[in-house]
Amino acid sequence: MEIAFLLNGEPVTVTDAAPTETLLDWLRERRGLKGTKEGCNEGDCGACTVMVTDDAGAKALNACILFLPQLEGKAVRTVEGLSGPAGEMHPVQDALVRHHGSQCGFCTPGFAVSMAVAHAQGDRATDDRVAGNLCRCTGYAPIVRAADAAAGVPVPDWIDDSAALAKVRGDHAPYRPESSDALAAAYAAEPDAVLVAGATDVGLWVTKQLRELDKVIFLDGCADLKGIDVSDTEIRFGAMVDMNRVREALAPHYPSYAEMIRRYGSYQVRGAATIGGNIANGSPIGDNPPPLIALGATLHLRKGDARRTMPVEEFFIDYGKQDLQPGEFLEAITVPLKPDLLKVYKLSKRFDQDISAVCGAFFITVEDGKVAQARIAFGGMAGTPKRATACETTLTGADWTEDGIAPAIAALAEDFSPLSDMRASSAYRLGTAQSMLVRAWAEDTGAATSVLGMAS
Amino acid sequence: MSVAKPLPHDAAPLHVTGQARYIDDLPVPAGTLHLAFGLSKIARGTITKMDLDAVRAAPGVVAVMVADDLPFENDVSPSIHDEPLLSDGTVHYIGQPLFIVIATSHLAARKAARLGDIAYTEETPILTVDEAMEAGSRFEGGPVVWEKGDAKAAIARAPHVLQGSLDMGGQEHFYLEGQAALVLPSEDGDMVVMSSTQHPTEIQHKVADAIGRPMHAVRVETRRMGGGFGGKESQGNALAVACAVAAMKTGKPCKMRYDRDDDMIITGKRHDARVDYEVGFDDHGRIMGLSYRHLIRCGWAMDLSLPVADRAMLHADNAYLLPACRIESHRLKTNTQSATAYRGFGGPQGMIGMERVMDHIAHELGLDPVEVRRRNYYPKADTPAPDRSTPYGQEVEDFILHEMTDALLDSADYAARKAAVAEWNAANRFVKKGIAFTPVKFGISFTLTHLNQAGALVHVYQDGSVQLNHGGTEMGQGLYQKVAQVAASRFGIAMDHVRITATDTGKVPNTSATAASSGSDLNGMAVKAACDTIRARMAEHLAELHQSEPAAVTFADGNVEVAGASYTFTQAAQLCYHGRVQLSATGFYKTPKIEWDRATGHGRPFYYFAYGAAVTEVAVDVLTGENRILRTDILHDAGTSLNPALDIGQVEGGYVQGAGWLTTEELVWDQEGMLRTHAPSTYKIPACSDRPRVFNVALWDGENREDTIYKSKAVGEPPFMLGISAFLALSHAVAACGTDYPALDAPATPERIWHAVQRVSNGV
Repeated sequence: MEIAFLLNGEPVTVTDAAPTETLLDWLRERRGLKGTKEGCNEGDCGACTVMVTDDAGAKALNACILFLPQLEGKAVRTVEGLSGPAGEMHPVQDALVRHHGSQCGFCTPGFAVSMAVAHAQGDRATDDRVAGNLCRCTGYAPIVRAADAAAGVPVPDWIDDSAALAKVRGDHAPYRPESSDALAAAYAAEPDAVLVAGATDVGLWVTKQLRELDKVIFLDGCADLKGIDVSDTEIRFGAMVDMNRVREALAPHYPSYAEMIRRYGSYQVRGAATIGGNIANGSPIGDNPPPLIALGATLHLRKGDARRTMPVEEFFIDYGKQDLQPGEFLEAITVPLKPDLLKVYKLSKRFDQDISAVCGAFFITVEDGKVAQARIAFGGMAGTPKRATACETTLTGADWTEDGIAPAIAALAEDFSPLSDMRASSAYRLGTAQSMLVRAWAEDTGAATSVLGMAS
Repeated sequence: MSVAKPLPHDAAPLHVTGQARYIDDLPVPAGTLHLAFGLSKIARGTITKMDLDAVRAAPGVVAVMVADDLPFENDVSPSIHDEPLLSDGTVHYIGQPLFIVIATSHLAARKAARLGDIAYTEETPILTVDEAMEAGSRFEGGPVVWEKGDAKAAIARAPHVLQGSLDMGGQEHFYLEGQAALVLPSEDGDMVVMSSTQHPTEIQHKVADAIGRPMHAVRVETRRMGGGFGGKESQGNALAVACAVAAMKTGKPCKMRYDRDDDMIITGKRHDARVDYEVGFDDHGRIMGLSYRHLIRCGWAMDLSLPVADRAMLHADNAYLLPACRIESHRLKTNTQSATAYRGFGGPQGMIGMERVMDHIAHELGLDPVEVRRRNYYPKADTPAPDRSTPYGQEVEDFILHEMTDALLDSADYAARKAAVAEWNAANRFVKKGIAFTPVKFGISFTLTHLNQAGALVHVYQDGSVQLNHGGTEMGQGLYQKVAQVAASRFGIAMDHVRITATDTGKVPNTSATAASSGSDLNGMAVKAACDTIRARMAEHLAELHQSEPAAVTFADGNVEVAGASYTFTQAAQLCYHGRVQLSATGFYKTPKIEWDRATGHGRPFYYFAYGAAVTEVAVDVLTGENRILRTDILHDAGTSLNPALDIGQVEGGYVQGAGWLTTEELVWDQEGMLRTHAPSTYKIPACSDRPRVFNVALWDGENREDTIYKSKAVGEPPFMLGISAFLALSHAVAACGTDYPALDAPATPERIWHAVQRVSNGV
């Protein structure tokens, strides 16, 4: 195994790493680059944020759940590499000092990297760009002031690794196929291998459960799984499209879905997580399935040369059980393009970078004041993402009024008996699932229904 | 003068470039070993079998230690020796360390620590305050009761009486750098300890006991912590002691750091609590009598729980004169993590009880909550008043909240915004707004009087550079910089002449924890004393050279002037060196005026009070309980600030942390006593977008009437409690859904708010 990438501008080749060695451990323990910190080892705090550049551009990613093979052919820039060749500070570093953006300093390298990537891309949405960087000291205000102050300063040229990418190339390892065909062959040969897409989930098997993964196949090299094809009637996402790109592609068509994706994970997590991974891992609290089910999206599965399709909701059989055969993998998802009637509501303790207690998606067609058609799906309400069939049936034909929807609201109790856990109680889950239908109706009346974006 | 300048944190350039070193970043000698604890899986019981063969056989494992392998003391408690490093056979909570794995890498140690085969005889754990009350499971014999006047009679006399109860959750510190220690064994059994601790002397003490040596054999160094917040006052003991005994056993340097989940499962947090109250008041909302019952969940070991619970009682009045008051405090022992110091140290728990009472009275009488507060405030400083005494007998002599309240309400445009909130609420059904004002009066000093002391060591080198050391530790608050500003000011030199060095028990001994907001008050004065000693010696020498008086020698703007002659500080230092003047000095400070009898709950525990006030406006989605802080205005009293930029940083950060405690930060234990929220995936501290959408913070223009360092005031903890205004604003928004009082509990997660909305709406 040979993995080649650029580290702070210099080519490096790693030949002796286990495939599940994380970039964070490698940086700190093997390279002695101690600027990148471990705060949580699960991608939730951002202290380990690094800049990773490939042909598609630069990303901020969490090094703690990034396996070395995922870096093949890319460029990594750590906090040590943000400063210029003569040691001059990057504009965001300078601004963080001047605006008192660091106190204890432990989260600061991660912030600096997140901010430098946003700065390079001219993205001023600081709240979102650092949603995955936790700071316990400052209350964030001075960090945002620093980002604002740095925004006007030109991007230093040393930060751009794209020109040097061609310099690095490792070997063509079988565990890192470079096309869907190669993946199909590799997986058919090793059907008990673990497929690693963005590693935002599998990463935790390694860092938290301390599992040894003997056989892994990294999907990152499969360029043909990263395509987004938009036609008049549908968008087809390759399974390896990351969630930042999914968000961008969906925003013009389904803004409510795109806004949910913004909250689904931090910028770093969305940059690693893939739409395919979020579906294929079968989590009952994955946030993509509810809107995909409400939209009537289709999955494209592949095993060897055999391909089949199915509606998203049929994929989830039971808790932890998906309709996937050994050696079969998710190749693509097609999302139909319809008039935008989709409403997606994600409910969690914290708005940003939090796992949903309930995620509800509503696609409700109203004609002449009555519900003509309703597709409603929830995550967090059962062992799988699931349609609210009793609610849909009751709602269809009902008046689209507060009184009219009342029976459908009651019917949700037939659809779901949710669990209680540390995120929410059963009563709250059911009650707010019902509230979400009220909200879907109330929104149409023009009432204020969201606290996000409100001003004093 | 450097003092009062808004200089950046001294280490900011190192922070932003990744060069600032924390314990896990220090270069270590080859052969350094790594430690992990094997943890209890049950909350209460006795170990019947501990088979560690698989642990010993795991790859990379060098040795395993259990309690019987410890050479001397098996104790890491900061108080009464009730906290064994390793279980003595009994188990008191899920996460209690049972054995130490010593391995060649951090990962190898972690992996092996999970391989223990442990069997237990289980007992039913005591998990909640109700269960503890029922079982009589407590620290100290019974409740602690302090009284002023006859509260019961006063309540009985009052035209209005209210009863209520407030449950509040604990809080995980979530310092971004987890607990960590590194021990380097030296010759003859001495130990050098690098620890991420707020209390190097305590680490020194516990390590010395554990290796059976006097304190002089142990040197502890702390350059910085990646956050502390009280969580590194005592909770670092276990790691340092484990490393020391492992280093003693193996002869190798040993390092230990908790992975985040271990950190949250093993270490103590803020005490969760319940405050029950009964209050009697008149038609104007003036309190006549108030009776409290505090139920404080302390966890399995005493740690610092007694002074924490005391401080809750000491802040049960907050800013209000209580003519008659009774406070009954139960310190309950449960099979959970041993709750520990956390910013405010019980003060927040006591204070929010008082603020709840104020809010409840205002709601009951339909009065403006600010007006009710004002009517109950302590009397203005320096005005005649029949009574200005706290429930514990201290006279409140420096009360400035009348003036601060006026100024804040004006700058925050409170009256108009309150009207606008009411207007919004009348027009909107699904989103309600709320606005609330909270004053803070926080007592400054350790309540354990002997801790109010500090030492310093200052060297002036012959080139005029100054090296500075004191007993305070740096955890992000900017203490080092503030104290360096003091030193630079005393010598009249630029900041780049002053070098700050790591806190080191070999340089300044017998230090107190950097806690109770006392860091700059105590260490600033100690450094000032040391600098002034050296300055006096220099002045004497230079005066002698110029046949002048020492008093006529001035130190300013980098120059030393004497009898018309002007030297640079460097030249002056050289002259003194050649004149054989001692250019090194220690300094010492002890806080004056304080005396406190804990048993009777009477005296003057605090040198002075620090004040603050906040107005917060929120919006609540009543369908789900989701909410946002729309705007916060704060006016905070830092006396004459040593560094306004750093002080504002404490205020902004403290507020957001306080609001986090009361909103999104929820610790959930299951029925077995397992903490289910043990990582940031499940425990949600505020993220960037959770800070107030509009956030106006200003410092009160005043000075400390007591003789503190440059008339400044302590600022570490007080602003934390300004976050209570966010909680009360949420309550205010919920109240708009009906007529009943919301009686919201904390943390006000969306779920709790939703339930409160259901209660209030159904009451209509």
